[in-house]
Amino acid sequence: MKTIPATRIGIDIGGTFTDAVLETATRRFTAKVLTNAAHPEQGVFDILKVIMAQAGCVPADIALVVHGTTLATNALIERKGAKTAFLTTSGHRDVLEIRDEGRFDLYDLDIEYSAALVPRDLRFGIRERMAANGEVLIPLDEAQVREVARACRGLGVEAIAIGFLHSYANEANEVRARAIVEEEFPGVEVSISAQVSPEIREYERFLTTCANAYIQPKMSSYLSRLETRLHADGFRCPILLVLSSGALTTVETSRRFPVRLVESGPAGGAVYAAHIAAESGSREVLAFDMGGTTAKICLIDDARPERSHNFEVARNQRHVAGSGWPIKIPVIDLVEIGAGGGSIASINDMGHLSVGPHSAGSSPGPVCYARGGMRPTVTDANLVTELLDADYFAGGTVKLDRAATLDAFRRDLKPIFGDDVHTAALGIREIVVENMAQAARIHAIEKGKSITSRTLVAFGGGAPLHACHLANKLGIDRIIVPSGASVGSAIGFLLAPVAYEVLRSGRYALDDLPVGQVNTMLASMSAAARAVVEPALYGAQATETRQIFMRYVGQGYEIPVPLPVRPLTPADIPVIEKSFVAEYERLFSRTVPMARIEILTWSVLISGAGQARRELLEVVETAPMAPGQTRMVITESGPLSAQIHHRVNLDAGSAITGPALIVEEGTTLFVAGGFTAVLTASGHIECNRIDSKAATHG
Amino acid sequence: MANLAPALGVLRQQIAWTRLISICEEQARTLIRTSFSATVREAEDLSAGIFDLQGRMVAQAVTGTPGHVNSMANAVPAFLAMYPPETMQPGDCLVTNDPWITSGHLHDYTSVTPVFRNGRVIALFSSTIHVVDVGGIGLSADGKQVFEEGVRIPILRLFRGGVINDDVARIIGENCRTPLETLGDLYSMAAAGEDGARRLLTMLDELSLPDIDELSRYIIDTSLNAVKARIAGLPHGAWDYVLTSDGYDEPIVARGRLTVAEDEIHLDLAGSSRPSGFGINVVMNYTIAYASYGLRCAVAPDIPNNFGSLSPMRITAPSDTIFNALSPAPVAARHVVGHMLPDLVLGCLRQAIPDRVPAESHLMWNPQYRSVTANGSGRDWQIYTFNNGGTGARPDKDGLSATTFPAGVKNIPVEVVETIVPLVMWKKELRPDSGGAGRFRGGLGQSIEVGHRHEEAFAVSAMFDRIVHPARGVMGGRAGAAGEVRLRSGGAMRSKGVQVIPRGDRLRMELPGGGGLGDPHKRSRESVRRDVQLGYVSSEEAAALYGAAP
Repeated sequence: MKTIPATRIGIDIGGTFTDAVLETATRRFTAKVLTNAAHPEQGVFDILKVIMAQAGCVPADIALVVHGTTLATNALIERKGAKTAFLTTSGHRDVLEIRDEGRFDLYDLDIEYSAALVPRDLRFGIRERMAANGEVLIPLDEAQVREVARACRGLGVEAIAIGFLHSYANEANEVRARAIVEEEFPGVEVSISAQVSPEIREYERFLTTCANAYIQPKMSSYLSRLETRLHADGFRCPILLVLSSGALTTVETSRRFPVRLVESGPAGGAVYAAHIAAESGSREVLAFDMGGTTAKICLIDDARPERSHNFEVARNQRHVAGSGWPIKIPVIDLVEIGAGGGSIASINDMGHLSVGPHSAGSSPGPVCYARGGMRPTVTDANLVTELLDADYFAGGTVKLDRAATLDAFRRDLKPIFGDDVHTAALGIREIVVENMAQAARIHAIEKGKSITSRTLVAFGGGAPLHACHLANKLGIDRIIVPSGASVGSAIGFLLAPVAYEVLRSGRYALDDLPVGQVNTMLASMSAAARAVVEPALYGAQATETRQIFMRYVGQGYEIPVPLPVRPLTPADIPVIEKSFVAEYERLFSRTVPMARIEILTWSVLISGAGQARRELLEVVETAPMAPGQTRMVITESGPLSAQIHHRVNLDAGSAITGPALIVEEGTTLFVAGGFTAVLTASGHIECNRIDSKAATHG
Repeated sequence: MANLAPALGVLRQQIAWTRLISICEEQARTLIRTSFSATVREAEDLSAGIFDLQGRMVAQAVTGTPGHVNSMANAVPAFLAMYPPETMQPGDCLVTNDPWITSGHLHDYTSVTPVFRNGRVIALFSSTIHVVDVGGIGLSADGKQVFEEGVRIPILRLFRGGVINDDVARIIGENCRTPLETLGDLYSMAAAGEDGARRLLTMLDELSLPDIDELSRYIIDTSLNAVKARIAGLPHGAWDYVLTSDGYDEPIVARGRLTVAEDEIHLDLAGSSRPSGFGINVVMNYTIAYASYGLRCAVAPDIPNNFGSLSPMRITAPSDTIFNALSPAPVAARHVVGHMLPDLVLGCLRQAIPDRVPAESHLMWNPQYRSVTANGSGRDWQIYTFNNGGTGARPDKDGLSATTFPAGVKNIPVEVVETIVPLVMWKKELRPDSGGAGRFRGGLGQSIEVGHRHEEAFAVSAMFDRIVHPARGVMGGRAGAAGEVRLRSGGAMRSKGVQVIPRGDRLRMELPGGGGLGDPHKRSRESVRRDVQLGYVSSEEAAALYGAAP
C-alpha cells in the first residue's frame, strides 16, 4: 500500500442512518440507508450492495474498506454488553458505584445514576496491593485469583476486567492475574487496566476497563462476522476501523480495545473538516456537524483537530454533564450537544422556550415525517419557515406533512406565541442555534482560542440549514459547505491516518527529572504504539509525536506541552519549562511566581501519513428539479423571496446572493441575506458575508 | 410580521441570561483548573457569580457548593459598603476571609473584581474558594475562639490596579503553613475575576448593551415571580421540626418553624441550641445559605439561583443560638452543624408536601489527615477527604449510596490521596445493612480504613456526626445505621477533634446510612431479593426487617 489504493469505501453506521462513500480515482458515489440496529453487519452488506451497484464495481476492485460504527456506544447506552466480572483490589470492590461521591445536579433531589456496568455480585476483591510508587505492599494472592476465575466460569461470565490500584505505576499484578484467569477460564476475553487506560484516578481507569470488557465480546464477534462475510463475498482488501481519536486501526486492535471506538463517527467528521481546512487554506476552522440527535463542534487549527483524553458516554436521559460515565481514551476534542433536527421544542413554567436535548430521533421522528411524532422539532421549524420543501425532502423520498406540523405548533407553543407559528418557528431556530453558539464559545474559551477569525465548515444533514445563522451569532464571515456534506463522516474515514496513541502516568518534578528512566519509559511506549500501527501501514512510513501534561506542583489539572522525539537530555528541561509557562499564560492570563512545575502524564503517538485526497471528484447524484424556481421563506426580517438552486446544476465561480436555498439529496444550504454563495473549483460551496463587519443577528 | 419583535426580544433576554450563567461557570472552571487546593479542584468546594451595583446576585456558576454560593450572595453588599464603586479602579481585586462577612470560616476566601466599561463600574464578579491553610490550629473543631483558628483578613484591596499588595500578601504568607499554595489560589481568584470581566464586556459588545442593569432587572423579576408562583402552589401554614446532632461535647438541637405564606417562606430557628464552646458554630450567612438551599431543592430546584429566587425565602435565628453565633465564637468546622439545616427544612416541608420530600440523610464526614512530627523530623503534610454516607430514601425511589448531600462536593480519588500524602486507604467500600430499611431503602454508607504507608503515627482532625443520632426514617421506614469511628486495634475515638492514630494502628470509619421511607414489608420482593443478591442487605436483615423468607 505504498501508493494510494484505487477504489475505497467508507461506511459509517450512525444512530439513525448508515452512510457509505465509494471513491474511485475520479468519482465519488454516496448512499444513505436506515440503520439496521438488529443486524448491523447486514446493514453494511446492504449498503455495500447499493453503492457498488451504483459505481459498477465488484469486490475484487475494492482496495480498502474503512468502517466506523456506533455499535460500541449503543451497547453501553442500551446496556446490551456481555455479562462481565471485575477483579479488583480487595477493600475497593465498589469503586464503580461510589464514583466521585458527587451529584450531577445540586438542587434536584430526584437524581439517579445508571446502575454500575458490573453488578456488585460480579465484582471480586482480590488480595493484593501496590503503593502509589509501584512498590508491592501485599503480593498477589494467586490461589484466590484462580478460585475467582473458576467461579466466573461457573457463573457464565463472558468477559473479565481486571483493575488494581496504582497499576499505572506497576502492572505486574494485573498481568499475572490475567495469565491465571486465562489458564483457568480459557477463551474468555480479559481486559486489564494497565493496558486499556494506564492513568491515575481509579474510578475512570476501572470504568474504562470494565466498559472495554463489557463491549468486547459483542464487538469482537461483530468484527469477526463482518470480516468473514467480506472475505466470503470476495473482498480481498484490508479492513480498517476508525478510532475515537480520528485514526485508523486494524480489526485485531479494535477487538482488543473496542472502547476506543466509541466516538468513531464524530471523529470521522472532524478528520473530514480538517482536510477541508487544509485544502481551502483555512488555518483556523470551526467544524460544525449537525445530525438528527446531536450537533458536534470542534476547533481545528492548522488542519489538526485538538485531541483530548476524557469523554463522557451514556449521559442519563437529560444529557446532563456528569450524569454519564467518564471514559479515559484518546478522543478528538469535540463538544457534542443535544441539538439536532429531531430536538424537541417545549415551554417551561418560567415561560421560556427550550429546544432539546430530547430528540424525536427517527422514531417517532419530527411531526412532519408523519410517523407518529407529535411534538415540534427543529426540522419542523425548518419546514414552517419554508427552508425545507415538503415535496423534495431527502431527494423527494419523504413527503413532509405540513398540516400536522402547524397543528403541533399551535398546540404546544401557544403560551408564548399564540397562533403565530412563524414566530414560533423562528424562535426554535434561534434557540437551537444559540445553544450551538454557546457550546462553541465555551469550548473556545476553555481552549484559550478565538472564534471570530475562523472559517465555519458545515456538514451533516442539518448544519447547512443553520450555518449562516450560527456564523452571525459567532461573528464568523466565511462558511464552507463541502462537497459530500451530508455524509461527511464517511468521507472523513477515507482521509484518516493510521495511528495509535499510548498514554502513561509518570509523575516527576521538572527540576528533578530522572532523564534516563524517562527515556526508557518513552522508548517502551513508542514500541507499544508501533506494534499496533505497523500491521496497518502496509509499508508506509510512520511519524512519532510526543506530548507531556504538566502543571504547577499542587494544582490538579494539566496542560499539554510538546516534547521532542528523541532521548531527552538535561538541556531540554529549561526549554520545556519555557513552553509550559507560555502555554499557561496563554490559557489563564497570569502565571504563578515561584511555584514548581511537574509532569503528570506522557503521551506517544505513532501516525502514518493521512490518506491523500484526490483532486476534484465528480459527484454522482441524480434527480435535480427544474431550475429557476423561487419560494417565500420566513426570516427575522419578514417573508423574503429566495431563489432555489440544485447543487449539481451550479456553475463554478458564479455567485448566488442570499436569501437563497441550495438543495442537494442529503441536505439543504440556506444562504441567508447578507451572504453570497459560490461553488469553488474544489467542488465546495463557500459562503461569504457581504459586509464583513456587520454581524447583524446578535 | 410587526408582532415578531416582542416575542423575539424576550428570547434575546433569555439567551443573555444563559450566557451570564455560562460566563460564571467558566470562571468556576478556571478556578478549578488553576487551584492549588485539592479541596477546590477535586471537590469543587467553591462558588462564582456576577453581581449588579446594588450588590444583588444576578447569576452564578452551576458548579459550586451551597455554603459558598448563598453566603457569597450576602457578602457582596458588605464589600460595596466598604468600597463603593466610585472608589474602585480597573485591576482592583478585593478579598476577605472574615467568617461573619462571608461563608463562616477562615479557610474560605471571597474576592470581588469590578468590571469597568467606558470608565465606570457596571458589574462585579465574585468568587469564594476554600484555601489549603490559613494558619492557627488548622481545620479542626478544637478552637475556643476564632482567633485560634487562623489569620483573619478584613475586606481590603489585595490587588490595586492589577498589582498585588505586597504587604498584605506577606502577612497572609507568613501566617500559614502553605504560603505558596494559599497565595497561588489568591492569584487564581484574581485571574478568574479578570477573565469573567473580559467575557462580560465581549458579550455586552455583541449584544449592544451598555450595562447589565436592564438584564439584571429582567432576571431577578422573572426568578422572583417564578419562585413566588411555586410558593403560592404550596399548602399555607406553619410546621415545626426538631433535629438532634451529636455536637462536640453535647448534643446540638436544631429547632425550626417553617411558615408558608402567600408569597414568602419563613424559617425561624428560635429555640435551637446555644452556641458551642467549640468550633462548630455557624454564622448567620452560612445558616441562610444552607436553609435556603434546602428550600430551593424542595420548592424550586429548576429556577436559577440569584437574588430574585432567594429573596422570597427569609431565614431568622436569634443571636443566642448556634445558628447565629457572633464573633469571636470558634467556627472552623461550622459545616457539621450547618449541614443539618436542609434536613431540618425538609422535615418541616414533609408535613406539607409528603410526596416530594426524602427521609433524613447522612452528614458529610470530612476527615483532615495530618502528619505527627513531634520530633521535628520529616515534612508536614495534610489533606482533607470528603466522604459521604447514604442519602434518605425518596418518595418513589431508594436513597443514593455514598453520595454527597447537602454539600455537593466531590471526593478525592484514593490514588490521588496516596500520591500526595503517605497514607494507604486499605478499605473504601459500601457498608452493607447501613441503608435505613423501608419500602424505599436509604442509601448505604461506606466503610473506610486508613493507615500510614510506613506504619508511623498520624493524626486525624475528626468532624463526624450521626454517630449517636442516625438519620431517621419516615412513614414507617427505619433509621439508617449510625456512624462509628474507632481504631483497628479496637481503641475508641471521639467524633470531633484532633486525635492521633498510634504507630502501626489504623483508623476505621463506618459512615452512616440514609433513612428509609415507608413500611419495609411493603418493599417489592424483587427489590429485597436483589439487595440480598448484591450484598446491600444481608439475608439476616432481609428476614428480620423486610420479612423476606430466609
